[in-house]
Amino acid sequence: MNIDTILPMLLTVIAAATPLLLASIGELVTEKSGVLNLGVEGMMLVGAVIAFAVTVGSGSALLGIIAAAFAGITLSLVFGLLTLTLMANQVATGLALTIFGIGVSSLIGSSYIGTPVEKLGALSIPGISDLPVIGPLLFGHDILVYGSVAMTVLVAWFLKSSRAGLILRAVGESDLSAHSIGYDVIKVRYLAVMFGGLCSGIAGAYLSLSYTPMWVEGMTAGRGWIALALVAFASWRPWRVLGGAYIFGGVTILQLYLQGSGGIGIPSQVMNMLPYLATIIVLTVISAGPWRGRLDAPACLGKPFRPAS
Amino acid sequence: MVVMMQRHMLHWRYRVWRGSGLGMEPSDKAVKEHPRLELSGITKAFPGVIANSDVSFKVAPGEIHALLGENGAGKSTLVKQIYGILKPDSGAIVWDGREVDVPSPHAARTLGIGMVFQHFSLFEAMTVLDNVALGMDDPGKDRAALAKRIREVSESYGLPLDPAREVHTLSVGERQRIEVVRCLLQSPRLLVMDEPTSVLTPQEVGKLFETLRKLKAEGCSILYISHKLNEIKELCDQATILRGGKVVAACDPREETARSMAQLMIGAEFRSVARREAGKGTGPIRMELKALSMAPEMAHGVPLKSINLSLRGGEILGIAGVAGNGQGDLLAAIAGERKAATPGAVIVDGKPVGRLGPAARRKLGLCTVPEERNGHGAVPDMSLTDNAMLSAHKRMGFMKGGFLDTAKARGFAAEVIKRFDVRTPGTETAAGSLSGGNLQKFIVGREILQKPEILVVAQPTWGVDAAAAATIQQALVDLAGTGSAILVISQDLDELLTLSDRIAVINAGQVSEAMPASTVSVEEIGLLMGGIHGTPEKGAA
Ligand SMILES: Nc1ncnc2c1ncn2[C@@H]1O[C@H](COP(=O)(O)OP(=O)(O)OP(=O)(O)O)[C@@H](O)[C@H]1O
Ligand SMILES: [Mg+2]
Repeated sequence: MNIDTILPMLLTVIAAATPLLLASIGELVTEKSGVLNLGVEGMMLVGAVIAFAVTVGSGSALLGIIAAAFAGITLSLVFGLLTLTLMANQVATGLALTIFGIGVSSLIGSSYIGTPVEKLGALSIPGISDLPVIGPLLFGHDILVYGSVAMTVLVAWFLKSSRAGLILRAVGESDLSAHSIGYDVIKVRYLAVMFGGLCSGIAGAYLSLSYTPMWVEGMTAGRGWIALALVAFASWRPWRVLGGAYIFGGVTILQLYLQGSGGIGIPSQVMNMLPYLATIIVLTVISAGPWRGRLDAPACLGKPFRPAS
Repeated sequence: MVVMMQRHMLHWRYRVWRGSGLGMEPSDKAVKEHPRLELSGITKAFPGVIANSDVSFKVAPGEIHALLGENGAGKSTLVKQIYGILKPDSGAIVWDGREVDVPSPHAARTLGIGMVFQHFSLFEAMTVLDNVALGMDDPGKDRAALAKRIREVSESYGLPLDPAREVHTLSVGERQRIEVVRCLLQSPRLLVMDEPTSVLTPQEVGKLFETLRKLKAEGCSILYISHKLNEIKELCDQATILRGGKVVAACDPREETARSMAQLMIGAEFRSVARREAGKGTGPIRMELKALSMAPEMAHGVPLKSINLSLRGGEILGIAGVAGNGQGDLLAAIAGERKAATPGAVIVDGKPVGRLGPAARRKLGLCTVPEERNGHGAVPDMSLTDNAMLSAHKRMGFMKGGFLDTAKARGFAAEVIKRFDVRTPGTETAAGSLSGGNLQKFIVGREILQKPEILVVAQPTWGVDAAAAATIQQALVDLAGTGSAILVISQDLDELLTLSDRIAVINAGQVSEAMPASTVSVEEIGLLMGGIHGTPEKGAA
């Protein structure tokens, strides 16, 4: 194996990890506020198809991405209205959102099947991006790859060091306490849910504009669910989510490569399981280890909140 | 106008902060002439209950004003309206002579109102520093400076706190300090305290009272809710008494007795529990602990160290101790929520049960009432009937051919409500909407009415009013009279001395020899509670 075969592999690892990272980081913020939104898969699908449609229609990928973000936010607002204002059950509503997303995206997308779109362009810095190895590996990606990492940094800082982040964590930790000190629990949760929607929408846009630049029905292929699992296995920590997303991406590509190179006698079904297995094992070992943090899960996750007035 | 008020506030904060605010200066006419707080005609209804009805009273500057009343009288509801958590249906809140609207806790804090909650408003997984910062409107950017201020203020008021500790590692007393210090940092002009001492040890109460007197001397008014009438007598200048949501009396606690105030509260003759005669409780041994050791469940907890104990039928054994000395783990180990290393460490009627779970032990007649009410002793979102069913379905036979007999369970819940005078609209009310004391009555009553052969109960009268406390204590005495063995874990020494035949002391995870209650003195127990170990506030100083 030489650098010429490894490099493309590494690049595909990054590509496989990015949509997961985007969706998980959004869901992490949502869950930190105490809301469990199982509609990630649905919001990603709608994001993907809207990004595709708008990009094809307008010719601008940037517009497509923005439209996808708005689509995600809109769906998350519907979720928020049902669960936060009308107190519907979060699990049921989230599942419904996903099913709705699958339906709506295939409806919108039916006329786009087979339509080509130009792959999202890489942001290249003349000179630096042309460096051997380092260039394509670090400086040859599109805006969403950098955006996903920047988002992780931002969310990590926000949750740990900003006052708004402290309030968000407090709301997820004890809605009753937060309410009695005087924080608007419902408002904070709306904002967190909307951020989750925004990230899921963009994650979808990445799939249909960059990962595989086309529209295929159900093209998220369960990534929304993996993103959800990732958040829990990463104990609600942004950096662990990043690590988890990249492990998942890495093993996905590795097993594809192994399968492609003639196989080593392991059934392909087992190989397909590998990324899931590896991610879960690694993150479980981390969160069970001696350096685990206690009480990581937001204590109010999934609980409805009804203030007495 | 708002700006003017804020300026006025700033001026005040500054003065209190510098500690120069002793008494009123003549120029401070506005403050001098008006009561700090005046409530007029406050009315508040919940579905099915009128929690407050036309409540009016005044609190003068620098006054410690007691708010008394039975469980469910509407005390917490009233102060929540003062702090802006609930909106009054009608009535006015007058602050320094000006009618104000308090739409939110932020608004209350801006006026200079601080509040310590009955059920703490803390965030378990966060540090003391975060908790304090969350409770302030403007904690500033500099966290190190805030930490320093927390240390300074908490120490100057004799309530030492370590800003870096996480709340879940702290004892109940330390947790309460967070709430108090959080208020003190904002130099309040009115401090509302809802049952601050129901979970504190005598020493902690003493410290808290020093702090409150200091605040009073600085001109801060205090609105103080408690069921401990002796403390009210010691601390308060004025008292307003609520019954059924209405003001029924006002008095000067210094001129009343605890008994006379209790009678004002319940509007009837007050009957206290007679101390048990000596020499009872000589039945067979029902439960034994043999060299029970266990690591603490929580970080920073104390391990249980080789505990030996035997409990006889017909006996009430009291375990005294400052909270956080292993009581929680001891109760969990007896209940079966935490399993012992060997079966022989816990013995019920000669049977080793150390490795059995709670359900199996319950079947053998061992019932327990845990200390935390919500979430542990009761499921807040479930109805009282369902909560009764959860703990009593086996012993009371609520199962019929594999199905739950809801009618029977409802009857049982209704009986608990009747016998223990639980104030609630009915058996289908959610447990979480009961007032603190009423929920406690329900949980303890639920266990007692199951006529357990062995009952282990922690803090049976925590937050319960004087009359209801007497009911619960009498029920425990009666239960022992029928031959049941009872273990009471409490930090209320008076209660233990009234109830127990023998008293042991738990300190730093060790339990002392049990002594006959008739011969032991409060001083002796007090010394043992302090132990060689001193108070358990290590790390906080
Ligand atoms: N959110 C709520 N919804 C419905 N009823 C409520 C609510 N909060 C309080 N109540 C009812 O209002 C009445 C007064 O309750 P409150 O908590 O003010 O009593 P309290 O005087 O503080 O009692 P305690 O001494 O037990 O704390 C009770 O009957 C209670 O059940
Ligand atoms: Mg109360």
